[in-house]
Amino acid sequence: MTQLPLLTVEQLVLGTSAAMAPPVVDCVSLTLRAGERIGIVGESGSGKSMLMRAVIGLLPPGIVRRGGCVRFAGRDMSGLAPDDLRKLRGKSIGLIFQEPMTSLNPALTIGRQMEEGLALHTTMDASARQSAILAMLKRVGIADPDAAVRAFPHEFSGGMRQRIMIASVMLLEPALLIADEPTTALDAVVQRDVLELLHALVEEKGTAMVLISHDMAMVAQYTDRVLVMQKGVCVEEGTTAELLGMPRHDYTRKLLSALPRRAPARAVAPNAPLASVRNMKLAYGSGTGAKPVLHGIDLDIHPGEIVALVGGSGSGKTTLGRIIAGLLQPDEGTLTFRGQVVNRKSSGFADYRANCQMVFQDPYSSLDPRMRIGDIVAAPLRHEKSMRAADRRARVDEVLAEVGLAPQFAERFPHQLSGGQRQRAAIARALARRPDLVIADEAVSALDLTVKAQILTLLSKLQREQGFACLFISHDLGVVEQIADRVVVMHKGVIEEQGSRDEIFDRPSSAYTRKLLSAVPMLTPAAGGGIDLVWRAA
Amino acid sequence: MKTLSANALVGGLFVGAFVIVACLGSVWTPYDPMALDMKARLAGPSARHLLGADEFGRDVLSRLMLGASASGIVSLATVAIATVLGTALGAISGYVGGWTDRVLVAVTNALLAFPGILLALGLLAIFGANKFGIVLALGIAYTPSVARIVRGTVLSLREKEFIDASRIAGDSEIYTLLRHILPNCIAPLTVLTTSMFGWTLLSESALSFLGLGVPPPAPTWGNMLAAARPYLAQATWLAIFPGLCISVALLGINLLGDALRDRLDPKMRGTQ
Repeated sequence: MTQLPLLTVEQLVLGTSAAMAPPVVDCVSLTLRAGERIGIVGESGSGKSMLMRAVIGLLPPGIVRRGGCVRFAGRDMSGLAPDDLRKLRGKSIGLIFQEPMTSLNPALTIGRQMEEGLALHTTMDASARQSAILAMLKRVGIADPDAAVRAFPHEFSGGMRQRIMIASVMLLEPALLIADEPTTALDAVVQRDVLELLHALVEEKGTAMVLISHDMAMVAQYTDRVLVMQKGVCVEEGTTAELLGMPRHDYTRKLLSALPRRAPARAVAPNAPLASVRNMKLAYGSGTGAKPVLHGIDLDIHPGEIVALVGGSGSGKTTLGRIIAGLLQPDEGTLTFRGQVVNRKSSGFADYRANCQMVFQDPYSSLDPRMRIGDIVAAPLRHEKSMRAADRRARVDEVLAEVGLAPQFAERFPHQLSGGQRQRAAIARALARRPDLVIADEAVSALDLTVKAQILTLLSKLQREQGFACLFISHDLGVVEQIADRVVVMHKGVIEEQGSRDEIFDRPSSAYTRKLLSAVPMLTPAAGGGIDLVWRAA
Repeated sequence: MKTLSANALVGGLFVGAFVIVACLGSVWTPYDPMALDMKARLAGPSARHLLGADEFGRDVLSRLMLGASASGIVSLATVAIATVLGTALGAISGYVGGWTDRVLVAVTNALLAFPGILLALGLLAIFGANKFGIVLALGIAYTPSVARIVRGTVLSLREKEFIDASRIAGDSEIYTLLRHILPNCIAPLTVLTTSMFGWTLLSESALSFLGLGVPPPAPTWGNMLAAARPYLAQATWLAIFPGLCISVALLGINLLGDALRDRLDPKMRGTQ
């Protein structure tokens, strides 16, 4: 291997121009040969995206290069004029962003957007461009390329948009592709399909790829070498197999141990269901334009069990959760709680409110930004007429302690807390009235890997101690495997199958469940102290 | 919390001066603001008349001091009416939705289609050209802009998970609206209301110009500015001093409004 490296980053230091401020990226080096695929793994704030932004010269305002250099194909990038840099972007270095919903221009047709790059960087004539675009769209799995070029981005789902994004980037056959969290916004199955496509295309064209992600398992599957970053520093680098099997740095070990894994199965005593849903139907809209979301769902939740409701986006799982929480009125069907029918008009609804609480997905929008944490957690207690002010304060302190927040957090505002701390506060609020049923809607999906693991552990610990039943709604099967007693798989508004966690994960009967499972790895301990990832067949 | 921002300091200084002058002006002025003195007609600033005298020889400083309270009360009352009405309409429209929303949006859009001053003129014809008429007319004329801003803010807040969380906690709709939605509208509202002070001061002078403002001889900054127009060439100070007063008061109110918005935003309070 005497071949020149395609990309070298030497001792790169990035930070704000204030000399005292700690650097955002501190002395990171990496080498990438043509056709090589490396992964950069780290949590939010680790500097992984910033590193790659420096490579293409798109640093956000306020961040400057303080030291080191970036060389691409032998040329020092820092010496390049903005015009030369622009010629390099797109043509030689392609970039795929996280958010497919916003990375395509909503006002231009797909064809126009894809053509832009070709017109700018190649000498093809219009008809050659058109046929290249059609061929590429077909390649990325767009069913009707002729129609797609005339369509606008909003006509496609998130997964399809990301395919289109990949198509338009790969059309120029760049030597290097940077994919920054390319599938984070997508659900597990779509994520896997998109990554498989990306991987296949990169293989075909011999493109070098940098895959940036917080998801260790995902990166491991598609890369040869991995860099682990923490707080701007590269803490470990090695081949993917080495790093997974024999992690040397503590932080790498921490990341690996944060990957969800199966907990021992629990025996849940067969009891009368706590909450039951019968023949639940709901459609959005009305008349001929009505879009059915739920087609007659039957579901039981037993006291003290964690039931996971899994499915892709559009499966209706969140809608069902909102109906059970009493936030949505179904078109048809009944919800019973301890044998009593409950709906917004029934007399027992106030009691049901006290007993059924919810933890939401986004800890940034689920806490009122103008209220202190103590007041937020105390809010549901307002309806406990028998409690006095002192009792309420005592209860707030008690639940804050349960979720691992020190009493002084009661005085803080949500923006002063990290994502994980906020989600703890949200859990404290849900538990303040000692409910019998907690609905957790994607409660850990928005969190960083290690924080996610902590919140999951907290949730199952609290569930064991307090014995509430939990409806755990998630698209992430890895998380479900760790926490659930029973799993209910939903697809397009119907229940595909349900059973104990081990049944569903080890002996899935429906094809859809098998497809879902193929998107998550099984973890087994490796001899070197790390892990082996095994992928289930679809 | 201990250090005042520059905005708060300068804004507070200007607004404080405005309030003091307005209070002082209603009990004491150097001359009788209404006293005619034809000998001093259009006299320039001098030791006798610090800011000069107007076309009837009335002392400009005295009239400005008296006018401060009139202008201040008119704009304060106008802004209060527009803010209360507009917030109520906007909140109901955004939060209740459905037909209520459609009707209210149609009405506010219809009102917004008229230039504010034209609407105020029409309303003044009904209420009569006096202080109360002006306050009511301008208040109603500005209501739709407030309603629209509040409705938009409420619509986006309604989708936030903490609103669902409030429902899950068992709060009534009214409580959710008052406790969680309206307090979060404060930031855009402070910005809007402070700029509204400026609009009212200027609209009042425009109405005075058309002879529909606070009726003479009672001075307001607006009608003083309007009355100065014919003498612009001979006695520039007649226009300059009321104009300066309006500008400084507006600057002060806007700076104070910005400072207030920052102060009311928990995110700006920094970590403890």
